[in-house]
Amino acid sequence: MEQFDALVVGGGLVGSAVAFGLTESGMRVLVLDEGDVALRASRGNFGLVWSQSKGLGAPHYHRWARTSAAHWPALAARLAELTGIDVGLELPGGLHFCLSDAELSARAGMMARMRQEAGEFGFDYRMLTRQEAAEMVPGLGRDVVGASWTPYDGHVGPLPTLRAFHAAIQQAGGVYRPLTPVRKIDPAPNDFRIAMPDGGVARAPRLVLAAGLGNIPLLPALGLDCWIAPQRGQILVTERVRPLLSMPTLNVRQTAEGSIMIGDSKEEAAFDSLTQRPAVMRNMAERAVRCFPWLAELQIVRAWAAVRILPKDGLPIYDQPARLPGAFAFSCHSGVGLAAAHARVLAPMVAQGGLTGDCALLSSERFQHV
Amino acid sequence: MYDLRTDVRPATVDLLIDGRPVAVPIGATVAAAVLSLGLPYIRRTPVSGAPRLPYCMMGVCFDCLATIDGVPNQQACMVAAEPGMRVSTQQGARSVSGADGHDG
Amino acid sequence: MMGEFDLLIIGAGPAGMSAAVAGAGMGLRVAVVDEQPAVGGQVFRAIESAGADPALRGAHADAGRKLAAQFHGSRGIQYFPRSTVWHIELAASGGDVSDPAVLSVLRDDVSQECTARRVLLATGGQERPMPVPGWTLPGVMTAGAAQILLKTAGAVPHGPTVIAGQGPLCWLVAVQLLRAGAKEVHFVETTPAGRIARACLAGGWWRGLPLLREGLGLMREARRRGLKVLRHAGGLRILGDEQVAGLSWEGGEIACRTVLLHDGVIPSTHISRALGLAHRWHEAQRYWAPAIDAWGAASHPQVAIAGDGGGVGGWQAAVAQGALAALDAAHRLGAIEAAQRDARASAPLKALSRALALRPFLDRLYAPLEHAAAELADDTVVCRCEEVTAGQIRAAVKLGAAGPNQIKAFLRAGMGPCQGRMCGTTVAALIAAERDVPAEEVDPLRPRAPFKPLTVGALIGQPAKSGRLHASDPIREELGHRDRAQCAAPRHAMNSSCP
Repeated sequence: MEQFDALVVGGGLVGSAVAFGLTESGMRVLVLDEGDVALRASRGNFGLVWSQSKGLGAPHYHRWARTSAAHWPALAARLAELTGIDVGLELPGGLHFCLSDAELSARAGMMARMRQEAGEFGFDYRMLTRQEAAEMVPGLGRDVVGASWTPYDGHVGPLPTLRAFHAAIQQAGGVYRPLTPVRKIDPAPNDFRIAMPDGGVARAPRLVLAAGLGNIPLLPALGLDCWIAPQRGQILVTERVRPLLSMPTLNVRQTAEGSIMIGDSKEEAAFDSLTQRPAVMRNMAERAVRCFPWLAELQIVRAWAAVRILPKDGLPIYDQPARLPGAFAFSCHSGVGLAAAHARVLAPMVAQGGLTGDCALLSSERFQHV
Repeated sequence: MYDLRTDVRPATVDLLIDGRPVAVPIGATVAAAVLSLGLPYIRRTPVSGAPRLPYCMMGVCFDCLATIDGVPNQQACMVAAEPGMRVSTQQGARSVSGADGHDG
Repeated sequence: MMGEFDLLIIGAGPAGMSAAVAGAGMGLRVAVVDEQPAVGGQVFRAIESAGADPALRGAHADAGRKLAAQFHGSRGIQYFPRSTVWHIELAASGGDVSDPAVLSVLRDDVSQECTARRVLLATGGQERPMPVPGWTLPGVMTAGAAQILLKTAGAVPHGPTVIAGQGPLCWLVAVQLLRAGAKEVHFVETTPAGRIARACLAGGWWRGLPLLREGLGLMREARRRGLKVLRHAGGLRILGDEQVAGLSWEGGEIACRTVLLHDGVIPSTHISRALGLAHRWHEAQRYWAPAIDAWGAASHPQVAIAGDGGGVGGWQAAVAQGALAALDAAHRLGAIEAAQRDARASAPLKALSRALALRPFLDRLYAPLEHAAAELADDTVVCRCEEVTAGQIRAAVKLGAAGPNQIKAFLRAGMGPCQGRMCGTTVAALIAAERDVPAEEVDPLRPRAPFKPLTVGALIGQPAKSGRLHASDPIREELGHRDRAQCAAPRHAMNSSCP
């Protein structure tokens, strides 16, 4: 019997962020992960820290995303301090381009509604004319008629973030076990056991399911229903370019290494992260070139598809089954944007034993009442 | 540094590499032209600025990247040298034409 | 649209040309897509233009020229040179396999499509990556690269040249360079002592006597022409600061300006991996090869593989395998009956058997060093594109990265333009050594489309010239204005402190 303070199932961006936060609270953590060739949504993350499009009609989610953005600088500094890894965080704000007057007025309407819904919390944004947007970025395409911009947004390297979390967890005495898929959980209030492949048992008073789509077979053990489904997204990455685009935009951003990422596709695609569709790649590329015509001359050196975790309404699910105090199940996309909240707000709640505030409003019970 | 054998393969294709004229046989690649000129590198890498010359000559290693007629990051070993071609060695990451990389 | 074909062959080397000629001869609509400007692959590279170079004379060159002539003289082959396949969509394995495969091909700076009822991968092999401290220095190439340089440009290294490694190609290249007038060529051979005896035990080598005699003849000629050979060398290091100054090994050192590395040839599995085909581990030569049957049929019903890409056997085997794959394709596509296929297979099967006779012997004689990965110095660059070292990879394995795809996520090894072609095998071997598991237990890197880079403009069908900014372009003016402006972007005008 191996005793821990917390068992975290899933070593991706969500699991490792929570596990890191738990080690910061002084807990001894075991992180269980699958192998090299698993769905691994974290590897498909575009890298945006983005609040401006989050939570229309759900101001608690918008507050949660904004809270995470606010915590990100401290998280990045802490990870750098502990591990020496620079995760490449930049928060210069973010641009969402509109390619027609209809898009622009719809966007303006959405921004106004979000401000209204934010109430006292506040929501700072600007609707930019084409000219104003063109001053923020190089070579803006003629087709861009305007944009929305908020100061809260930015971008970060998802992979260095993941690496930094793992390094920090292990530095703090946490244990990471890859190649250990979890098939069966033995749950009891504040007492959770998971059988290890070598025949041993890992045990802890806290259990966190954060295995992305891998949560699906494990939710029943906690008495939870499944409200997540796979959604494929594709990403194109160009050759390295000298720094020229410091302002991230919704579907085009330049990484710290210099490559330009083109993203934001969505397909229903079951659990298939391997199929890539040239037609989808073309659509993404076409829109990107309309925004930045100079993208056309850059070489795409790699592309991939990843399967997002998509909760039924798109909002994160933070579950804490009442029958099993000490157990938590988290499912969401935007693992990078929310990583700071996961590490610095959610994890301490897990350590304390209960979710409060905005994330308490994000349980899957909301689906029961529909 | 490589020597051409013009008795066996006459060097009849003239091109410019970093402004320097060089002649190579028909069918020779731009990589061959760079090697015959004895240049210290064809590129300095974007990661560390390390000097590189062509390595595999068959399109696998991507070390022979050069700017050919204004287009950066071409595999020089896969491009046949043509008369009047302008080749430049590369320093680090490319820029985008018309932008000098400065973002205000 | 490039067209609709019965058999689409990727690669115009010996396997591809042979399959194309055979396929067209049986009435199939055949297309050959090849990234080079001329046929020949690597073994027959520049065969049509290198023509009368005496350094390259030999039966091989004659055979290559003949095959190229046959290929060009064949009706029914649509040949697409300077064309690079970057994506393949096969019919869904659970679905209707009579749906054709759709291939995306980069040609003339634009992505085009074609369909095929059957796809033959004839993409050949590559030299096994042989990381050695200093191997990224200017002046280091592979032995094959020096041969390609000789074939395409007639050029030879200037000054002392050291070939380091092992394998038949080392001897062939040495002879060709010396015939071409290279003044001083050394061969620092890494084959450990005792290998010949072990190789003889593999058996069958007496059936390969003609090939063996040919090889011994090359070795004699090399020595006669002044090749200096040093055997059983270990602990190689390439010396120099910004370029090669010399090569050192345990117990010796030599000054030189050119080092040619070679440690055998391995199948190019980039596309076969991207397609998710099954692979098997070749024990003696320690490489992954696609799992194929005697006709070259792969694990997906629409795909076959011929030539070194299915397992390294040399060009004569490739020619035979191309013919066999074409026969099988013709049968599967309904052009010939099984009995005809089997009857016509008799000659290529015999040729294949003769061509492969010496393989077991050679594979064991020149087997890659099993502990090479474990002995790699920490400071050796493994991923040349992203400049990731062996030491960094070992540290990441200790951090829990269980396979090359996680190493890629942690360290970027495999993210450069070569997409892991140069580092994938070494990364897997390092992981296996660190985790103390057999190499074949480590999942390999999983490549994706685009198999080779293409521009954003090519992807959307926008030819390069119109995508490129011209001096008179108003956007260029706008950018120029931005360059000159000393502006603070509007974001600074906002209060960006967050609640």
